[in-house]
Formats: sequence, C-alpha cells, structure tokens
Amino acid sequence: MIEIKNLHAKIGDKEILKGLNLTVKAGEIHAIMGPNGAGKSTLASVLAGREDYEVTEGTVDFEGTDLLNLATEERAREGLFLAFQYPIEIPGVSNINFLRTAINEIRESKRENPISAKDFMALVREKSKLVELDPKLASRSVNEGFSGGEKKRNEIFQMAMLNPKLAILDETDSGLDIDALRVVANGVNTLKSDKNATIVITHYQRLLDYIVPDFVHVLYDGKIVKTGGKELALKLEEKGYDWIKEELAN
Amino acid sequence: MANYTEDELAQDLENQEYKFGFTTDIDADQAPKGLNEDIIRFISAKKEEPNWMLENRLEAFEMWKKMTEPDWAHVKYKKPDFQDIIYYSAPKQTKKYESWDDVDPEMKETMKKLGISMEEQKRLTGTNVAVDFVMDSVSVATSFKAKLKELGIIFCSFSEAVQEYPELVREHMGTVVPTSDNFYAALNSAVFTDGSFCYIPKGVRCPMELSTYFRINEGGTGQFERTLVIADEGSYVSYLEGCTAPQRDENQLHAAVVELIAKDNAEIKYSTVQNWYPGDKNGLGGIFNFVTKRGICGLNSKISWTQVETGSAVTWKYPSCILKGDNSIGEFYSVAVTNNYQQADTGTKMIHLGKNTKSTIISKGISAGKSHNSYRGLVQIHKNATNSRNFSQCDSLLMTDECGAHTFPYIECKNSSSKIEHEATTSKIGEDQIFYCLQRGISEEKAIGLIVNGYCKEVLNQLPMEFAVEAQKLLTISLEGSVG
Ligand SMILES: Nc1ncnc2c1ncn2[C@@H]1O[C@H](COP(=O)(O)OP(=O)(O)O)[C@@H](O)[C@H]1O
Ligand SMILES: [Mg+2]
Repeated sequence: MIEIKNLHAKIGDKEILKGLNLTVKAGEIHAIMGPNGAGKSTLASVLAGREDYEVTEGTVDFEGTDLLNLATEERAREGLFLAFQYPIEIPGVSNINFLRTAINEIRESKRENPISAKDFMALVREKSKLVELDPKLASRSVNEGFSGGEKKRNEIFQMAMLNPKLAILDETDSGLDIDALRVVANGVNTLKSDKNATIVITHYQRLLDYIVPDFVHVLYDGKIVKTGGKELALKLEEKGYDWIKEELAN
Repeated sequence: MANYTEDELAQDLENQEYKFGFTTDIDADQAPKGLNEDIIRFISAKKEEPNWMLENRLEAFEMWKKMTEPDWAHVKYKKPDFQDIIYYSAPKQTKKYESWDDVDPEMKETMKKLGISMEEQKRLTGTNVAVDFVMDSVSVATSFKAKLKELGIIFCSFSEAVQEYPELVREHMGTVVPTSDNFYAALNSAVFTDGSFCYIPKGVRCPMELSTYFRINEGGTGQFERTLVIADEGSYVSYLEGCTAPQRDENQLHAAVVELIAKDNAEIKYSTVQNWYPGDKNGLGGIFNFVTKRGICGLNSKISWTQVETGSAVTWKYPSCILKGDNSIGEFYSVAVTNNYQQADTGTKMIHLGKNTKSTIISKGISAGKSHNSYRGLVQIHKNATNSRNFSQCDSLLMTDECGAHTFPYIECKNSSSKIEHEATTSKIGEDQIFYCLQRGISEEKAIGLIVNGYCKEVLNQLPMEFAVEAQKLLTISLEGSVG
C-alpha cells in the first residue's frame, strides 16, 4: 500500500522528520504512538501534501506511484485520506455540498459520471448511520459549531463516504468520550477490508482496545524507533516513553 | 488625487464648446462628441420628447455645470473627459462584433464556464444572431408582455414610457433622486438616453421576476441609463437588473440612476448582478460605474436591494432606502468582489424618517490581487423615527496580502429610542480551509469557489434561484487563481 523510505522533512529551517521508514500493506492497521512534538502530525501532513513542509530526502511509494510527485488533491483522488487532528470549519458550505463536490471531483478524475442525487443521498443515509452522525449535521455547514466529538465523528463520516485506500487518523480519539470512541472504532472496523489500510495516530492505548492494530510503532524525534505488536502499546501506556529514550541512548 | 475644480470644468466646457460648436443634424444616427446644450436638445429631439422633459434636461445640465466630481470615495482613477464622450447614438448601432471570431477568446471562455449556450453567447456579444433564436426570444417576450398587460403592469423602456405614460413619469421621476443629488445624477438627468420603466398597479402581485433581459433585446441600453420602478399601494415586484455574461462595452463611463418608489404596503425587491469589463490584469481599461440608486418607502412598505458586483474597473455605488413611512423596512445585501486592480467603493444609506422603521445591512467584500474594496455606509436616524432599528454586518475577506479592505460606517442618531447594531470582521481566506478541501480531492479552483460562496451565502440566498446559480459561478470565475 505505502512504503516510506528515509523520509526527511522540514518546516522553515527546522527539520522534523529525520529519516523515517514505514511500510504498510493492504489489509493492515498500524498504530503510531509517540510523545508530543515527535512529528506524528507532521508525517500525516507531509503524506497528505501540505505545502508548508519541504521534503528534503526520501521516497514514498503509494500503490506503485511516487506519492511525493502528486499534488495534494491528486493524492486524495488516488485514495489517501487524512482525518484531521483539528478539523476545519467552512462556514456557509453544507457538509453535503462539500462531500458531493469531493466525490464528483474524484469521479471526474477517473472519467466517471457525477453521482446521481438519489445514489448520493442513499450513501449519506447509510454512512451517517454507520457513525451515528445526527442527520441534521450532514446538512449543516462543514464543522461549523460542531462540538469536538461531532467534528471527529464527521471526519469518520467523510472517510466512510469517500472510501479511501489508505486512511490516516490523526488523534481522532482525543477528546472523545467512551461512547463516541466506540462509534469511531466501529466505523473504522466496518470499513476495513483486505484492499485498504489504516494508520492510527494516537496517544492512548485505549483506542487500540477497539481498533486492534497489526503493528504498533513508536515515533520519536522524527523517526520510527521501535515497532511491535499490540503489547507495545500497553507497555507504553504503563511505562511512558522514558525507557525508549534510554534504550536509544545506549 | 487631483481635484478637478469647477473652474477647470467651466474652462473645459468653454473651450470644447468652441471646438465642437455645430448645427444639429436631426437625421444623424449619432451625436458628435462632447456635451453642450445643443447636444441635449439633439438627444431630446431624437427621442421626440415632450417639452417638459427637455426643460428637465437643460435644468439638470445647468446644475451639473456648477458641480464638481466627488472625490471622497476611496478610489483613484483618471477623471473621464466629459467632452470626449458621444452622448447619443442610435440604439440599434450598439457595439457589435464583425464576426464571432473577433470576440475576445477570454470572454468566450468565461461564457462557456458560465454554461451559456453558443446561441446565447452570440446574442450577448452582438454577433450574428441565429434567426430561430430571435424568433424565439421575441415570442417569449411577447407572451410575457401579454400576461403583464392583463394585470395592468407596465414594463417598458424609459423612452416608451415618456411617450405612452408621460403623467406617470413626470409625477415620479426625480422625486427620489433629485437632479441636484450629485454630480453623476445631474449628468444622467441631462443626458440619459434610455432605461427601464415599471409600474405595478394597486394590489397587484407581479407573478414573475421582471428582468431587463427581455428588454435589452429591443435596443441597446446606453451608458446613462435611467430606471424608474413604481410599486403602487399594496403591490409587489421582484426586479432583476443586469446580465451575468461579461459585457464588453466601448463606453468607459457608466452613470445610471435608479429610482424605486414603494407606496404604502408595497414591496420592491431589486436584484443586480453586475459583471462589466473590469479591465485587464494590469489595470488597463474597464468600466467606471458611477451609479445612484435609491428607493423611498411609504407606510408599512419594504425595499430590498441585493447586489453581486464582480465587474467594472471602478465602482461607486450606494443603493439606499429612505424609510419615510412608519413601519417601513429597508434591506441591503451586497457581495462586492474586486480582483487585479479593480476598485470598489460601495455600500448603502438607510435614512430612517418614520417610526418603527427597520433596516438590515449585510455586506460581504472580497478583495483579491492588488484591488481595493471599501464598504461605505450611512445609517441616519431622524428625530421622529422612534423605535427604529438597524443591524449592520460588514465582512471583508482578503485573498492576498496585497489587496485592501476598508470599512467606513457612518452613524447619525437623533432619536434615543432607536437601536443600532454594527458588526464588522476582516479575515484572510484560510489556507487551512483550502488544504482541507484539497485533501478531500477538491481542486483549488473549486475549493475557493466553495469557500467564497459559503462566505456570501446570506446574500446569495436573497437572489432568485437562477440568478443565484449564475452569481455563484461568476464569483468563482472572478476569483480564479487569486489566492496568494
Ligand atoms: N508550522 C510550524 N512551524 C514550526 N514548527 C512546527 C510547525 N508545526 C509543527 N512544528 C513543530 O514540529 C514538531 C512536530 O510537531 P507535530 O508533528 O505536530 O508533533 P506531534 O503530532 O507528534 O505532537 C514540534 O516540535 C512542533 O513544534
Ligand atoms: Mg499531532
């Protein structure tokens, strides 16, 4: 699905990713954990194509294409989805209009016809049910006046609507109560197939009780420094990150 | 900015008069360049006007000569040479292209994006009109007119109204925008060539949007347009002005006057989409649009102005309401977009005279490129206007670091029981918002369109449906590639 090799990225003069390697295969769920400021959101942004970051070294292969050569919207159309840590508000633009525009732009890029209003509404109904999103929110302005939890749920709703190959969830669990967490996890698990993959960035192993990862990685100081199974998450929760720092120092 | 003084003007006029002194040839299709009494007599004779109209024009001309061009607006431009303008040319001779190939490719592209059919495109640019299309539009216009006639609604060109309904015109013309109102209004009163006239009889609700679209076919509209809309007691009309297709125009200066009269319990909704040539990317060319628009409200009546302004090089425009009758309502919804070197100074005046009068102002300015966009508004509460209320919201959206947004709200309140609220915001288009859209697969162009249309939603919602759709496309097109 995606193969990241020796990725270096900086913002301004500050290098944040310092030679990151990560391979994710179709059908897998990977969790990335790490202390604040380690570069987790930076990785997500760089993969999504945010222009503020400059990639200075390394390659990213996404389903056989050079991801770094694609424009942001092309990456999205190829099936890369980012659930934002801080979802953006777009006043006056309804969620539905936003998503229909997105779906049709993606279809157009594949030379497909626009989705019919009927099919679209059916999809909205199906997917909003999946994430238990209040149907009223679907017709409200994108994220405007949504609570923190509603925003996160809306990200998963959008993910469900767009059906990406690779979804990166950036701290989608933070700020969610246990019920919302279950809903989000249920959404991710339902959408999971052997053709797609998910990278879950999280602070808490709590989420991983619901979304069971195949691999857990520790991102520290711009690199993946440790990889393990689910038990690594538990150990991190229990012991924090200091032991990793020590391990690295030795 | 240099002041163009009265003296200089007088001097100019003197010189020019000498230079252009001529004897009127009533058979000519076109007046010679320049402005003097003879020219005005020529226009009036051409239009076979009654004497009172000629007198009005001459009086306006006398006033205009004593006035100076206002320079308080936040715009800079080279003052037009009023003696270098042709004030009359026969309506059918309006700017036509020789062939479809002569039409500016950029303009063709824009029309294509607006989804205007080829036939329509040809009609709008004045190139050979397909016969079936003419037939069609004539028949549409005719059946439309028959329907209006049944209801006693008059909707015709201003010239026709002067001939056919002189009493109505004479009684109302100049009562809302007096000749002496301002420099451009005086000029317009002296030299206007045509425009629209509309009268809705008592108690009649006009069943369709009255659109100048049907009228423009009958003859070109000039640069000094005159519009008069009268809604008699208890009537309702929604009036659409303008055309969303880009209008190429040889006339650089446009100085229109629009007067709306809403009698007791009447309502007028006046919508404009203005997309005149804004000049090129370097600020060359483009229309100067200096318009005076004003309405007066009787008892319990309502006037609502909605405008989407994306064109013209310089815009100077303040659609206003005089809330004379008790309980009357004035509304102003505006989107003004400026790009490249465009300049707009626009806003409204709400004059509260009657008791319990209410006004709402929603202004959305969008500046891109190196353009300047100003909101200028006056809310005036007179001493008898007890319990009157105003709410104003003026938002500015900046697309680049080089453009400017300015807000000049003036408030004069002479009645302590009134309530005035003013809110203003300025924001830069969010890179975060654009990134969010891109990440969902939406192109930058579409993203800007979505964000800007969302931002203007309150105003666009006021427009009649088909108009709103075109206005949305227009906003997107005007801002293409403008984020910086
Ligand atoms: N726009 C920016 N300008 C400068 N530094 C930044 C910017 N964005 C992030 N950083 C820095 O990059 C580092 C990594 O940030 P981030 O990727 O958000 O970490 P994480 O998501 O792992 O908490 C931090 O030190 C942060 O301060
Ligand atoms: Mg983060």
